[in-house]
Amino acid sequence: MVVLWTDALVFVLLFGMSVLSVYMLSNPRMRRPLRQIGASKTGMVSLTVLLFFVAVGLLDSIHFHSKDSNEIVSVLDQWLSPIRLQGEKTYSAPFAAHLFGKELMVLEDGSPVWAYPRLQYGGAHLDDPESELFYDVLMKASIGFIKSAIPAAIVLVLLGKKFLHRKNALISQASAKAVAWTVFWIVVLCGTLLELSSYYHVLGTDKVGEDVLYQATKSIRTGLVIGTLTTLIMLPLAIVFGILAGFFRGWVDDTIQYLYTTLNSIPSVLLIAASILVVQIYMAKNEEQFTSLIVRADMRLLFLCMILGVTSWTGLCRMLRAETLKLREMEYVQAASALGVRRRIILFRHILPNVMHIVLISVVLDFSSLVLAEAVLSYINIGVDPTTHSWGNMINGARLEMAREPLVWWSLTASFLFMFTLVLAANLFADSVRDAFDPRRMG
Amino acid sequence: MNRSPVLEVKNLTVKFGVDNPVVDAIGFEVHAGETFAIVGESGSGKSITALSILRLLPVNASVVADEIKLNGVDLLRKAEYELCKIRGRRVALIFQDPMSSLNPVMTVGEQIAEVLKLHFSMTRQVIRQRVIELMKRVEIPEPEKRVGEYPHQLSGGQRQRVMIAIALAGEPDLLIADEPTTALDVTIQAQILALLKAIQQKTGMSLWLISHDLALVSTMADRIAVMQKGKIVETGLSASIFQNPTHPYTRKLLNALPSMESCLGHQRKQKSSLLKIDDFKVYYPIRKGIFKRVVGHVRAVDGVGFEIERGKTLALVGESGCGKTTLGKALLNLIPAYSGQVIMDGMALHKLTGETLRRKRADIQIVFQDPFSSMNPRMLVSEIIDEGIRALYPEVGTVERQARVVELLERVDLPPDSAHRYPHEFSGGQRQRICIARALAVQPKMIVCDEPTSALDVSVQSQIIELLKDLQKEQGVSYLFITHDLGVVAEIADEVAVMYRGKIVEHGTVDQVLHHPKNAYTRDLLAAVPRLQTSVLR
Amino acid sequence: MIQYIIRRVLYAFPLLLGVNILTFVLFFVVNSPDDMARMQLGHKHVTEQAVENWKRQRGYHLPLLWNAEASRASKVTETIFFQKSVGLFWFDFGISDSDRRNIGADIKQRMWPSLAVALPTLVLGLITNICVALLMVLFRRSYLEFGGIVLCVVLMSVSSLFYIIGGQFFIGKLLRLVPISGYDESLQALKFIALPIAIGVLAGIGSGARWYRTLFLEEVEKDYVRTARAKGLSETQVLFRHVLKNAMIPILTGVVVVLPLLFMGSLIMESFFSIPGLGSYTIDAINSQDFAIVRSMVFLGSVLYIVGLLLTDISYTLVDPRVRLS
Repeated sequence: MVVLWTDALVFVLLFGMSVLSVYMLSNPRMRRPLRQIGASKTGMVSLTVLLFFVAVGLLDSIHFHSKDSNEIVSVLDQWLSPIRLQGEKTYSAPFAAHLFGKELMVLEDGSPVWAYPRLQYGGAHLDDPESELFYDVLMKASIGFIKSAIPAAIVLVLLGKKFLHRKNALISQASAKAVAWTVFWIVVLCGTLLELSSYYHVLGTDKVGEDVLYQATKSIRTGLVIGTLTTLIMLPLAIVFGILAGFFRGWVDDTIQYLYTTLNSIPSVLLIAASILVVQIYMAKNEEQFTSLIVRADMRLLFLCMILGVTSWTGLCRMLRAETLKLREMEYVQAASALGVRRRIILFRHILPNVMHIVLISVVLDFSSLVLAEAVLSYINIGVDPTTHSWGNMINGARLEMAREPLVWWSLTASFLFMFTLVLAANLFADSVRDAFDPRRMG
Repeated sequence: MNRSPVLEVKNLTVKFGVDNPVVDAIGFEVHAGETFAIVGESGSGKSITALSILRLLPVNASVVADEIKLNGVDLLRKAEYELCKIRGRRVALIFQDPMSSLNPVMTVGEQIAEVLKLHFSMTRQVIRQRVIELMKRVEIPEPEKRVGEYPHQLSGGQRQRVMIAIALAGEPDLLIADEPTTALDVTIQAQILALLKAIQQKTGMSLWLISHDLALVSTMADRIAVMQKGKIVETGLSASIFQNPTHPYTRKLLNALPSMESCLGHQRKQKSSLLKIDDFKVYYPIRKGIFKRVVGHVRAVDGVGFEIERGKTLALVGESGCGKTTLGKALLNLIPAYSGQVIMDGMALHKLTGETLRRKRADIQIVFQDPFSSMNPRMLVSEIIDEGIRALYPEVGTVERQARVVELLERVDLPPDSAHRYPHEFSGGQRQRICIARALAVQPKMIVCDEPTSALDVSVQSQIIELLKDLQKEQGVSYLFITHDLGVVAEIADEVAVMYRGKIVEHGTVDQVLHHPKNAYTRDLLAAVPRLQTSVLR
Repeated sequence: MIQYIIRRVLYAFPLLLGVNILTFVLFFVVNSPDDMARMQLGHKHVTEQAVENWKRQRGYHLPLLWNAEASRASKVTETIFFQKSVGLFWFDFGISDSDRRNIGADIKQRMWPSLAVALPTLVLGLITNICVALLMVLFRRSYLEFGGIVLCVVLMSVSSLFYIIGGQFFIGKLLRLVPISGYDESLQALKFIALPIAIGVLAGIGSGARWYRTLFLEEVEKDYVRTARAKGLSETQVLFRHVLKNAMIPILTGVVVVLPLLFMGSLIMESFFSIPGLGSYTIDAINSQDFAIVRSMVFLGSVLYIVGLLLTDISYTLVDPRVRLS
């Protein structure tokens, strides 16, 4: 086992989230908003998709030293080792059996030929790719489909029989069905892709011949880590400062307002850029601390989350301050002070629980914008380490080939598809969370 | 009396989504030139009825009726664009809160002129003239100047006058007034009602009044319909309804009505003072200039003094903005006082700070006006009630505390299982009971009741008053009863203090103040209160 | 009013001082000028002498805060803090680290192309978003609105990078309507900035129209709208005469904050389209790790933001009759 910093934090976060969900499930007051989310089909389907992404990200967060080489790999890497290890020489299109560019080859008779060489792995089992390829792909896809669809269907039907007719469930019947279908299609999609991937590069290969599907899958973790760890770092700052400023006013308020106006006035991209430059220098100076490339890249990812967290707490802080200002004038807060309740108890008992919906809504809303921000930052080279798999880095790499004819389109398409699915699911889920928890939207 | 109907409604039902109908198969008519009133408590569907006639309800409402005829024309058959020609022209509406009902970023002149532009073809000059004429008619002083002002620059009464001017601009046949004076002070209310009456007499239009206030309606209406839970339970001439109400609900409403005649006559022998305040002032600083120096003060409470006796009630009466609520909160130290003495049981409360102040807080408690915002929505009722015990009597154990909560709930006539429910599961009156239980939990010597009944319906109002009176008898707690409603004062108070602009202008026993007022302001206040007209004959 | 503005301007000073100190700490205390020199000159095989020369040429050889060797007043002035940070207050940006050009002159020259792209993007985007949002509100609770919301969420979920790449590929490369990238002086610039503007507007519709829609919906539920309907105004008239006027207050004031920042340009847009504005200037500085330029841009950005805040407050008094500054 090797525990990277972000791994540890991801699992801390996972633990925190499970505690939070157990609390929410057991609290009767939460049943109404939860049931509202449970009744929303889009909300539940997007949650399912999100959870699938999270599961992939978690598998990619358990690292260990691989047995055959002394590399640090994750469980996901181990699972996907056929795809991971079957690299080609350079670019190849999706489902191709040949490289993308022509090369000088020597035929058996010794004469040089300018032709497309066969791939080392992709479609290597075919004798004559020209004629066989299409049917073989179809064949392999159907096998994958059947292999995954049948068990998935059986398990889902059995589960459905057991749970679907329970009364008083949080999830409505209609959304439960939609969720079951989503799970089914995800499983089938994964099964088919896995089956195909052992014979072909489904989404092609990139410049150094790495499988693009593998890259895009590995990028999931980066996106999730940035979307969640940043929040973890920003939340305590925003909550503590926001509530204190609103509750105590006076010089506390003035100081905190000064602090966040100052931070806010610096364009955030520049602040991130400046901080990342500083981090780069720090890492360059203390090279000996980072035992391997992956540890180094991980450190940079963590720093990026921290910097993003420090630059992004101001918005939520301002909202919480405004809400606290409103709450402290509420009659129940006044009644509590009239009853002699101490101020810090009022803070914890009356103020904090009543601003938590704002925190929750802003966390889910921020997630998607952070995932999008990662791509932009990586593009400006102030994002994650260039060796880290991330959608931003994929786009960045592919962009340089934009001028090439014919176009190398698969890296862009792959990152687009993955990012779009994750962000869309996050946005849709955020919408239903907001609808359920925002008191202004109730009724 | 039998004039032709302006508006005929038959079998009107309004539903929101799949819920039970809010308005349930009602029918009524409004005759030309008469004042017709619909009376009912909150949630009875009376406002919805008015809005549904003109199709002003949100899209998710479904309105079904046999007919809604205006001057013989069925409105149900009219397309939306045809209705636009009727709204504001044939039928005009006035709403409850004039502040929110006027567009805050348009001048009042523009808002009146808009109706004229829409329904008449007039030149710019004529419109301007007409706007000023209308403002004169609703008795707004200096109309030439006011025309260019924004709603927030006017007083509440003037804003409602502007609303009336907007309504009159279309020269409508029917004016619907939906609780036109509920948001206003009682003296302003009287003026607005008088204005409406005068205008109606001059123009001969019909007036459809919607109100929860039986007394007010009795001074205005020719005919009355009483509405309960979406149904009209009784219709009739005003006089007959007030003299011989047939439906039990109408009788219940009439009985619940507080009347100023019923004051507590009994005089006590010995005096035992509980709280004495002297020269009490609450000022808010006005800051100006670059460095925000304090350049003056808003004198919210300006040198007030009175005494409250043990087990007695002092009612503090005044209109909005007179400083009565500020005074109440400052007594509890929720707002810092500027100067003055507060002596309770011989102890100078105004000198206490920190931990001693906190311990002493058990002595005075408060019950607020709005039963919805005065309880933390995320706490159980038991937590809400025992919060004070936990804070001020930490030595009380869990078991004993729980027993105490149950006991308190019983005391305020709530079932013991309420303890494990959340505030939103209760009605307004029940919540107010919980608030009273919360105040009682720390065994206070005095409770400041800040308009505890103003947000409640009449029938619930009287129940809460009864409860407060019972509790006083049993536990000997004193009340400082802050209210704008002189009717309630007679029901509960021993003494009355009338507050005006931060000062107490008259103080005495209920009988003295309500029946033999000395101060001119008190007399105005009393004269403005609508009373049941039991012998209306026209 | 005047007093209020004076107070706000005075308040800006501690803010800028805070920014200044923060950047000073970030650039000179956490990192020493030695680190910067090594970074610029390459890590390995750098002699002490080369580092010293590099620092001297750029004025980084001075002590940070206190020059004990200098005489009297120059104990304070002959320091990095005074020369590099305090100078920013009178917009003396100094010279860049990498090629020792005058930063101030570069900024003056480059802010106009930035504005040429950013301002039309903002204005057109504002108009488009308001129109889309108004349409959705006008047809609320219909399939048109539902479709609009779905479209907005979809548009929101696409990274801005893909809008640019897609736009360049389809409009520039396949259809050849406009050049893929570049810039020109005078009116010739139009054909170069058309695509970035169009893409900027498109990329903003998703979140913008959705946000404005909620603003409009909030207004639509207010009482004065009911009054307007009761007057006999049609739904469209109500929206345009009453709702729009009230909702424009938060929209306009939200726009005013970013107005000064338009000079800073958009980082990715300018670098993708090779527009010689401040955005691409910043990106180049980040990529070449030119701390002097980054520091200047941080300060400039802060000044512009604070100006924006002041303008916002003033614009409130202009558009909202209820607000009086005091």
